[in-house]
Amino acid sequence: MAEPEENLATNEITLHFGPQHPSAHGLLHLIVKMQGEKIVNVNPDIGYLHRGTEKIAENLLYHQFVPYTDRLDYLCAMSNNLAYVMAVEKLLDIEIPERTKYIRVVAAELSRIAGHLLCVGAWGMDLGAMTILLYAMRERELVLDIFEMLCGARMTLSYMRVGGVRYDFNEECQEACLNLVKIMPARIDEYERILTGNRVWLKRNKAVGVLSADEAITIGLSGPALRASGVNWDIRKHEPYLVYDRMDFVVPTGETGDCLDRYLVRIEEMRQSLRIIEQAVTAMPPGPFNVDDAQLVPPPHAQTYDNMENLIHHFKYVSHGFKVPPGEAYASIESPKGELGVYIVSDGTEKPFRLKLRMPTFMNLQSLAQMCKGGYLADVVACLSSLDPVFGECDK
Amino acid sequence: MAADHRNPILIDNLKTRFKDEIVSTSRFKDEVTHLVTKSALVKICEFLKTDPALQMNYLVDVIGVDYRPALPRFEVVYHLYSIGQRHRIRLKVKVGEDESLPSVTGIWPAADFPEREAYDMYGIIFDGHPNLTRIYMPHDWDGFPLRKDYPLRGYKDEYNPFGQEKEELL
Repeated sequence: MAEPEENLATNEITLHFGPQHPSAHGLLHLIVKMQGEKIVNVNPDIGYLHRGTEKIAENLLYHQFVPYTDRLDYLCAMSNNLAYVMAVEKLLDIEIPERTKYIRVVAAELSRIAGHLLCVGAWGMDLGAMTILLYAMRERELVLDIFEMLCGARMTLSYMRVGGVRYDFNEECQEACLNLVKIMPARIDEYERILTGNRVWLKRNKAVGVLSADEAITIGLSGPALRASGVNWDIRKHEPYLVYDRMDFVVPTGETGDCLDRYLVRIEEMRQSLRIIEQAVTAMPPGPFNVDDAQLVPPPHAQTYDNMENLIHHFKYVSHGFKVPPGEAYASIESPKGELGVYIVSDGTEKPFRLKLRMPTFMNLQSLAQMCKGGYLADVVACLSSLDPVFGECDK
Repeated sequence: MAADHRNPILIDNLKTRFKDEIVSTSRFKDEVTHLVTKSALVKICEFLKTDPALQMNYLVDVIGVDYRPALPRFEVVYHLYSIGQRHRIRLKVKVGEDESLPSVTGIWPAADFPEREAYDMYGIIFDGHPNLTRIYMPHDWDGFPLRKDYPLRGYKDEYNPFGQEKEELL
């Protein structure tokens, strides 16, 4: 379309989008510079939710920090737990039991589904499709119910601990997971019926916020948003951790790198996650779900009452924690938003000397300006939703 | 580990080319770390990105670490990844308190936010950064929160009755 108003000379105006804005997915302040309705530049101003998590971590015992990781990306807390405990375990040089690896894979994939569901739901709502949010929430409930069965919590899970997980994965959970695997594909088809062929949805997302593969890589994009630009990079596949190398799944990639591709990649990832959950649940071997080390894992609650040895271990664990050998390690996982990495510098004490969280939302947000430039103000909302930002993790 | 056979590339390629610029090299938990001199940082980064065997085209993170009271006080850590070759490398540079170091935003634009974060939290200056301002803390904030001598609860003021008195620390 040749638009005569393309060169219309107007004064550049600055619009403040947020920090309280229903489409900002949290406390995000965007300073948008516009010529008419065309975007000249977008400058994200973040930090409204900064709590100094890294400073807090330096003053806590290693096992005390796990609940803080829940509050980073609160929509998929399992992934945060996982990245953190993996980094500590790497420094401790311990091998977790086989069963735990499977449990963690199931938990991480469940949290990916929960995260993507909210992403698609909130995205739909931002663009005016209210129904999809309600449908996505309905299915998210199924996932949260499984979390509740697993550990009693729905949002702030703290399910994983250094050396294993907090509670065993029982038969009830197994049934619930298999039930989810059975129900979910039809529900995902339902979302696709509502959105994928929807003219309004296509108009709002197709050819909006296009990023080429090279642009996406140099700007530091990761996760589904990077794969939508056609870059086949998934940490689960290319640097497999836990038991992902034994799982059969496909890494979906997009072609054009527009918002629609980012949506399609997420939809396909949910289907693949269900496949992984099914495989992991059925292949899960019996056995212990914690390492056999009284320093790292507190004894079962009941035993602390009548066994002196266990009482001592429990006391030591709670009051002193455990020492981690000096050194530095970086562990990263493929979280629903992208590469979630934890870098720990240990000085040999019970507390990390430095803990750095590499947050996918924080890095992905850099690409927003490039995505929005030249588009319309309404497209900013689509671009932002397609990155699936969560400000708990962005601002840490 | 599948990446094991690649580690020699990460170590030898760099060491033969930058004999004097690489201060030390270590391998720990399958992670290769090079401590490089500040003056050679940009040169080494450019080489890492363009060398066909290395192709470090993805900047994962830029991290500040405060080693007070050691001198030089800070260390800046770069995590790099190659999406083509699937390997990781870590570079480190030591920086003193009143020194600055060159920004790598010219090589990887992704360094923009993490460098701003390192500045915000530690006060490390990156020369050549397009917009080196605070990113998390308010623009008029006093002090650098992640420094080891910054109190956990901050300094006492009208908004923070639980903070430490500034005089007490002296």
